Amino acid sequence: MGTIEVWLRPGIADPQGATVKRALEALSYQGISGVRVGKVIEVALEAPDYESAGRTLQDMTDRLLANPVIEEAAVKVTGPVEVAGSQAGSRGL
Amino acid sequence: MSSPHIAVTVFPGSNCEFDVAWALERLGARVELVWHHEHTLDGFDAIVLPGGFAHGDYLRPGAIAQFSPIMEAVRAAADRGIPVVGICNGFQILTEAKLLPGALQKNAGLEFICDTVELEVSSRHSPLTAESSPGQVISLPINHFEGNFTCSPATLRELVDEDRVIMRYRENPNGSVDSIAGISNRRGNVVGLMPHPERACDTLTGSTDGRSLLESLLRSASSVRS
Repeated sequence: MGTIEVWLRPGIADPQGATVKRALEALSYQGISGVRVGKVIEVALEAPDYESAGRTLQDMTDRLLANPVIEEAAVKVTGPVEVAGSQAGSRGL
Repeated sequence: MSSPHIAVTVFPGSNCEFDVAWALERLGARVELVWHHEHTLDGFDAIVLPGGFAHGDYLRPGAIAQFSPIMEAVRAAADRGIPVVGICNGFQILTEAKLLPGALQKNAGLEFICDTVELEVSSRHSPLTAESSPGQVISLPINHFEGNFTCSPATLRELVDEDRVIMRYRENPNGSVDSIAGISNRRGNVVGLMPHPERACDTLTGSTDGRSLLESLLRSASSVRS
């Protein structure tokens, strides 16, 4: 499993961030100096090890997932998928 | 001389293909709509990538479309010197495919813009403007959310120095760097612009300034063939 965070580069128009900032201010939150809205792309993939998974995710990012003219991206390999609920169940939550 | 044969590409989500076909046919072209899964564009004299929302604009406008099978054929045609024109979403696809430099980011305001704007033709270095005079003012519709052209300072210098900015907004509506509305590649056969010349071809819908641009395209297409 891996995630790719994609952000608009500083200076690139982010109308979504600007609109969310205004909405938060309309809700009387004060002291907000900026809001940016980015996106997270989660990719479930099979790979022999973390290193090759990272290389594949970086390649995906360079070719398709982010456009370096306007965006910056951070690739993270997040490890195998956990079986949902197993730990929570044992703690009785 | 037989009429030029023009391909208009159709991606899932394209929505200006019929307007482009209508406008070009009225000017005497033979037009064929070509589905994005096709692998060849051999035999066409020019290619137009029309506006719309190819592949739903998912990820970024043009991001997915750059890998549609037809794009290899578009690239091959561009390499052969065939005129390739990207209008609006078509321009976004050409930048994502790196057939043109830069990118179209979201408009500087918060709004989708649907308006008719004045533009100044600034270069004849494209099949659309080959017959225009630099300085000429024309009026064309724009209709976009991601029309704010951006590029690195080095690319901008290159575009200006090589006379590849083909038109500029007289009043910048979307924040585009240097008020750029359209650019061409170095060879001058690949061109992208945000305004819609195909929607300015009949007095019924306002301006007819798009007609001379498309006529120029058809003559460029014919001259490639001959």
